[in-house]
Amino acid sequence: MIYEVFRRERRGQPFEHAGSVAAPDVAFAHAYAHEQYGRRGESVALWVVPRDAIHGVEDFVDELGKNYHRVDGYSLKAKLKEARERAGTAAPDR
Amino acid sequence: MAEKPLTDQEFLAYVQGGGQVEVDDWMPDDYRAKLIKFIEMHGNSELMGVLPEREWILRAPTLQRKLALTAKVQDEVGHAQLIYRVVEDLGKPREQCLEDLVAGRAKFHNVFHYPTKTWGDVGVIAWLVDAAAIISQKALLKCSYAPYARIMKKICWEESFHILHGRDVVLTMMLGADEQRELVQEALDRWWAPLMMFHGNPIPAENDPVVEWRIKTQGNEEARQQFLEGYVPQIWELGLMVPDPKLRRRDDGVWEYTEPDWDELRHVVTGHGPRTEERLGLRRLTRDETAWVRQVVLADSHRAYAA
Repeated sequence: MIYEVFRRERRGQPFEHAGSVAAPDVAFAHAYAHEQYGRRGESVALWVVPRDAIHGVEDFVDELGKNYHRVDGYSLKAKLKEARERAGTAAPDR
Repeated sequence: MAEKPLTDQEFLAYVQGGGQVEVDDWMPDDYRAKLIKFIEMHGNSELMGVLPEREWILRAPTLQRKLALTAKVQDEVGHAQLIYRVVEDLGKPREQCLEDLVAGRAKFHNVFHYPTKTWGDVGVIAWLVDAAAIISQKALLKCSYAPYARIMKKICWEESFHILHGRDVVLTMMLGADEQRELVQEALDRWWAPLMMFHGNPIPAENDPVVEWRIKTQGNEEARQQFLEGYVPQIWELGLMVPDPKLRRRDDGVWEYTEPDWDELRHVVTGHGPRTEERLGLRRLTRDETAWVRQVVLADSHRAYAA
């Protein structure tokens, strides 16, 4: 059985994927993960997760063009220029 | 990575442009096969590489050295585990890798086929063999196959301790008695030829299929030059002699050296080194002796899943 291992390097930091171990059960998986990713004090905590328990999501197709919830959905430059001209606050042309 | 399978040509262009590949991505069969062969050889080398050093654990000169050497052996076996994991995810089970290894069907690095005669060899191996290895391994940090590149970070980190450990062993001996200095010089004399072969024949990088797929990102000769540039001055400054009368650094920075015996390299890595049989025999023996442990443990886990 394959277990994915995540490690936290220091308190306050996020867990990051470190690698995986093959182990017959959870107890062995803990021991292997501890030896592989923690024996030199390089981690303050590990998460050991059966690979089957991880559900990947990789489908990020923007079929509806939902750019309104992203920064690139708002192009203010041209409108701002026009609004300043209207209000008479545009910087004078040189 | 694109979602639809690419043509082999498009895939090649993708990896050559620095693109990285994950375990679940589509990949050409040829790429997968080359990855498995290359990475498996690396795993075998880590596993077999502990045997020459292991011979000295019981003969280490101090308790501190014994502990350090034991820790290095643990590191290297740990590297083998990580690397075989990558191979497994590519489709070849670890058991099959180990079967092929003990049956003599698989390769491992040339340096691990040679004897370790004295404690001097232990220092020279940990310092210079690991230095040569870290040069190869650093070039794998940019490997097109991302899971392999990622574990290389941890491996390179640990190898850096090994180089320090080896250099410390060598320095201690060089500061000792004449007999100790002689042991280091003799070990260097023994290891120089295998070290010069370590990075492989000087096949041009553009003709090397492993470079073409960006599995490794530097050519053999480039790696060897980097080794010479980095370590020959460190050897010379201790008063040691490099056993190659032709060795010199040209004004343009390129090192000249006596052409290594490439026939010897081929002969050794195809299973005919001076210690190949003995070390594979030991692997076979320990594998047989520990088979019952694997059976018990795996039987327990099968029962646990069935319950």
